[in-house]
Amino acid sequence: MDTLVAQYSRPSGEQEGYSQDEQQELLQLTPPLSLKFALPPIAQPSSWLRAMTDDYSNPNCPIKIAHGTTTLAFRFQGGIIVATDSRATAGNWIASQTVKKVIEINNCLLGTMAGGAADCQYWLAYLGMQCRLHELRHKRRISVAAASKILANLVYSYKGMGNNVRRRNPQEGPALYYIDSDGTRLSGNLFCVGSGQTFAYGVLDAQYSYDLSEEDALDLGRRSILAATHRDAYSGGYINLYHVKESGWVKHGFSDTNPIFWKTKLEKGEFSNVTSELE
Amino acid sequence: MILKNFQAHGPSPAQADRRALRQLPSASTSYQTTTQLHHRIYSLVHPIYTHQTAEVLLGITGKDFTIIAASKAAMRGATILKATDDKTRELNQHNLMAFSGEAGDTSISQNTSKPTSASTQCATRPPSPAAVSSFVRSELSRALRSRRPYTVNLLLGGYDTITDTPALYWIDYLAALAKVPYAAHGYAQYYCLSILDKHHHPDIGFERGMELLRMCTDELKRRLPVDFKGVTVKVVTKEGIREVEYVDDKPVKSA
Repeated sequence: MDTLVAQYSRPSGEQEGYSQDEQQELLQLTPPLSLKFALPPIAQPSSWLRAMTDDYSNPNCPIKIAHGTTTLAFRFQGGIIVATDSRATAGNWIASQTVKKVIEINNCLLGTMAGGAADCQYWLAYLGMQCRLHELRHKRRISVAAASKILANLVYSYKGMGNNVRRRNPQEGPALYYIDSDGTRLSGNLFCVGSGQTFAYGVLDAQYSYDLSEEDALDLGRRSILAATHRDAYSGGYINLYHVKESGWVKHGFSDTNPIFWKTKLEKGEFSNVTSELE
Repeated sequence: MILKNFQAHGPSPAQADRRALRQLPSASTSYQTTTQLHHRIYSLVHPIYTHQTAEVLLGITGKDFTIIAASKAAMRGATILKATDDKTRELNQHNLMAFSGEAGDTSISQNTSKPTSASTQCATRPPSPAAVSSFVRSELSRALRSRRPYTVNLLLGGYDTITDTPALYWIDYLAALAKVPYAAHGYAQYYCLSILDKHHHPDIGFERGMELLRMCTDELKRRLPVDFKGVTVKVVTKEGIREVEYVDDKPVKSA
């Protein structure tokens, strides 16, 4: 009788979390993170790809990858501000001025991308899928730490194969992570990524504080991207601004940099090295 | 014959890899345009064409002054040879030059300081910043086309006593000259120009100028991976050139 009862009764806490068997099962259910791609039939795919795509050392390289970007995100008392520019360049060619570099993974999770446009889009979409599967499997939303870890592990498993991803994946809790294609994963309060990062850091660092008001934080994010679009040839187009709050993210416009630049210059007297008169 | 048979099987992966690498420009490239050829030549001849230096030069003008700041570290390779280097030189009473670049080439400051000092000029008054900048530019430009070009970047800070205005000139080693309200050379450009874009106004006073300089050096301390050992700061005003004590021992706050 006792053995029969023992079969059907369980300690009260056991329903929370997963048993050894369930965990094992989940592990096996999860498809391997690394998808299997055909790689070029050569000894060192990454150095080969670099040789084929590096337009800095070789202006005649056969493949020009779309990259060059400024994106930033920072944590403050009211949540997280995420801002990006919208320019995609392939070599010297501006391929697009209206790229959406913020990827809405779900209503609380945002990712931004810098680097190979195709790779970023692909892997962040894949991350979105993994996050949804996690939700379905576990009946609760994935934490930012977990989501960023999925992405980092995924990217790391391709290390040395020459994919061109550099990206940051912020959000909720509120948490902010920087991830890149070498497998680096860092949590922090403030990150700028891309060719215009230094210009954005300059403006952002000078006035950043965790206690910024919501309005000031939005302004600072917008102004930092503007600084980068002004100085970095590979950044420009529109400013894409998001605010992530406890209740989810709020979009604060996709606004053209040109009128913002002139407004900033003429009304606030900034950018004094640019002339506004015709001589 | 054996070779032919071998090739019929197609190249091995390693061979293909090597072949791809051989197609890189360094091995055999026919330069399609003269510009490309020039780029290649410059990248061979001029070390700083491809390498930004970790030396910091900053210049800020205001209502009645020009501030020039230059990093104190003299670096060769992975070594700091001197931590109290002064990369500036007074050309005459109202003109100050700051320089960074290839070792030894910074002697341009010696070669230009003589002709620009008041005593060697026929005219009664010392040359204005505009005149000095033109002279230095032409000197650099002439040297560039000689066998031994200077590979130095310069900032010229001055005060024009006739018009009573401060002046700042940005000159690079290719002898490009630009009159600017604020300027930077090396990696400092990437971090400081955006700060100055936002916070600089032409009519600022000296105190505000020093505040802007502080913002810039703080950012460099925060984000530059190398230690440039602080900066020497000099100011050119109507009264002449003076060195400003610049206390820089507080650690900067990072986000």
